[in-house]
Amino acid sequence: MFIRSSATFAAISLLSGAALAQGVKLTDPQIAHVAYTAGVIDINAAKQAEKKASSKEVKAFANDMVRDHGAVNKQALDLVKKLKVTPEDNDTSKTLSKNAADKLAELSKLKGAEYDKAYVANEIAFHKAVDSALESTLIPGASNAELKALLQTGLKIFQGHEQHAEHVAAGLK
Amino acid sequence: MSPRWIFPVVVFSMVCGSISAKAATIEITMQNLVILPAEVTGKVGDTIKWINKDVFAHTATARSGDWDVAIPPNKTVSSVLKKAGVVDYYCRYHPNMKAMITVAP
Repeated sequence: MFIRSSATFAAISLLSGAALAQGVKLTDPQIAHVAYTAGVIDINAAKQAEKKASSKEVKAFANDMVRDHGAVNKQALDLVKKLKVTPEDNDTSKTLSKNAADKLAELSKLKGAEYDKAYVANEIAFHKAVDSALESTLIPGASNAELKALLQTGLKIFQGHEQHAEHVAAGLK
Repeated sequence: MSPRWIFPVVVFSMVCGSISAKAATIEITMQNLVILPAEVTGKVGDTIKWINKDVFAHTATARSGDWDVAIPPNKTVSSVLKKAGVVDYYCRYHPNMKAMITVAP
């Protein structure tokens, strides 16, 4: 119980850390950047998994991540183009990318079933963290209705992946 | 000796009867990761038209394991109900998408 709640806390602070803890309100271009970055991070992790995973289910899951997050991010790019908004890098995006790069390096040292487990566990934690960031900060913070709607679709996608990842994890011995 | 007009009436009602007994087509839409309607009722022999309006691939997967339909992004796929019963189904890629079909014999 303690482990779980501290993991959740760590996951939330991973996202909301620097910028949000200080009560800094993100602008729409920054929110778009954070959401897009979250997608890119998951695609990169999945590409590593497509190469490294040994379980067929884990490989298939990674493939689903590349496909879905690629589709969401394409929609995001189409939207910012339509709204003539340039996504703006910010501390939250930077913290996210930095943590993700560290995690990727850590995962790269693992092999076989050990890698599979660690990748899927990280997918669960990462999707949970993004879910809470979307719900508590990004969606309420978005001013543009179309951006808000896209983030809401993103939330459903991330929640779906979290459940999918939990299912995959349950199947790993 | 029956009057001559009876024959067309009989044929007509036979045709109508067969039309009303004919299998129906039920449309189920997947949009923004939501399955609508969430509950439908059909019967064995009816066709389900799965309409995926999302840019994401979905599946309609029966929890019973009886069927598993893949519906690519922005595509419509049809499948026929073959077995009676209450079927809970979901999307394998997004298990938060859940719905139910009640199939009468």
